[in-house]
Amino acid sequence: MENVFYFLASLTLLCALMVVLSKNPVHSIIFLIITFFTISAHYILLNAQFLAAVNIIVYAGAIMVLFLFVIMFLSVGKNDHDPKASAVTRITGTIAGGLLFIVMFAALKDAHVGTYDAENFNSQIGMVENLGKVLFTKYLLPFELASVLFLVAMVGAVMLGKKETGERHF
Amino acid sequence: MESVDLIYKGIFILVIFGITLLIATYSTYFERKIAAFIQDRVGPNRAGPFGLLQPLADAGKLFFKEEFIPAKANKALFIIGPGIAMLVATMSSAVIPFGDMLIVGGREIWLQAIDVNIGVLYVFGIVSLGVYGLMIGGWASNNKFSLLGAIRAASQNISYELAMGLSLIAVLMMTGSLSLREIAEQQQGFNWNIWYQPLGFIIFLVCAFAETNRTPFDLPESEAELIGGYHTEYGSMKLGMYLFAEYINIFVVSAVMSTLYFGAYNFPFMENLRSAISDPVLANNVVTLVGVAVMFAKIFAFIFFFMWVRWTLPRFRYDQLMKLGWQILIPLAILNMVLTGGAILLKDSLF
Repeated sequence: MENVFYFLASLTLLCALMVVLSKNPVHSIIFLIITFFTISAHYILLNAQFLAAVNIIVYAGAIMVLFLFVIMFLSVGKNDHDPKASAVTRITGTIAGGLLFIVMFAALKDAHVGTYDAENFNSQIGMVENLGKVLFTKYLLPFELASVLFLVAMVGAVMLGKKETGERHF
Repeated sequence: MESVDLIYKGIFILVIFGITLLIATYSTYFERKIAAFIQDRVGPNRAGPFGLLQPLADAGKLFFKEEFIPAKANKALFIIGPGIAMLVATMSSAVIPFGDMLIVGGREIWLQAIDVNIGVLYVFGIVSLGVYGLMIGGWASNNKFSLLGAIRAASQNISYELAMGLSLIAVLMMTGSLSLREIAEQQQGFNWNIWYQPLGFIIFLVCAFAETNRTPFDLPESEAELIGGYHTEYGSMKLGMYLFAEYINIFVVSAVMSTLYFGAYNFPFMENLRSAISDPVLANNVVTLVGVAVMFAKIFAFIFFFMWVRWTLPRFRYDQLMKLGWQILIPLAILNMVLTGGAILLKDSLF
């Protein structure tokens, strides 16, 4: 099992790196999709099948399709176009990356791997039934608030996309 | 899991894979025969008896055509596109229960490749991935018409996925399980979900037509009035893969509809047949085998329905298609959900 984890983890990191390193934005998106798949595989290793499926449906199935949509529209016809980055961009990029590295280092310096109680560990905790029970009892208020947030976002999108009076699309 | 079980599962998955491909192959033949029947023609009758070898002849022709990759196309993605379409299409039949349990030599054999407790979500996730094959292929062709075709296909699939998911929720509320086998088991005998969910089934059926790009929703292709769609630049077997993936999708969606709404392998008077045979093992096996036959009969009936509609109805205009999806089907699906919830509460408080 450990070997599977190491294989998956290295695959995830490799794909995530390729998202950043790819010259072509469409390739970046495809690597991001593969990254979501490997993350779902991690969820399955943790016996959280519901999260794995929902991760695929929501991220790989819906959000990335919209990403692909936008990128395809924007970058059509200039596939091999690679503008040279200016000196200022490079310097700021290096500084920002270095700062992020310092923050990560500082955060991980004192971190230690948490232990778990193998005796009392409930392997069924990630199943749909248990997840649903926890969401609708213990975390009911945050859950409802999150759904209200989604509703507000949806109404906002409809407001922005609504036809003005007298405007015609067809 | 024992190694015998593993070997059995491997064989079963291969068999399901083979059956899927076989049914998809002969769907092309029956499509042409049914089209001929509806239009009062003869249809393919040259290759073999009754033209039964026609699909093989078609495949041979496609394989020997010139492999053509347009200049300036994104070569890798252009080749991967049909592969993704095919891969995604063949994946979802893994969780469909084609039958109940067989008892062979004291060993229980379940006629389902894998039983996951999130079966419905698995199918739904795979369906939502189906769009990538088309989009990547359409974009990689480096042709504006292909790109427009791919965008047409993608926006249609995304729009109808929503209504499909919402109509599914009503079924899940009734059964209280995401496992396709449990959903099938609860429809014992003639207690099918269609009697409780007629509206949900109609919504699901319409969305299934849209998801598989079949007439009256075949705007992604619409070969007669628009440029071919996402596969404009494709030829030879790569085009064949796209078309083949469509037939596999029809088979899979027919199987899903039979499982969710038409009782999967259950048939009326199932228990009477079981009690008529005295030996319990034999009775179980006979009932299971009849159940498999019934399941495939249901699937074939749905495939025939898909073809019947294709050669009967004209296609929608694109704005009408979007309007149907967003303004009619989604509100109807939500209404169906509310009604189902109310009915469940009413039943709980009354009985």
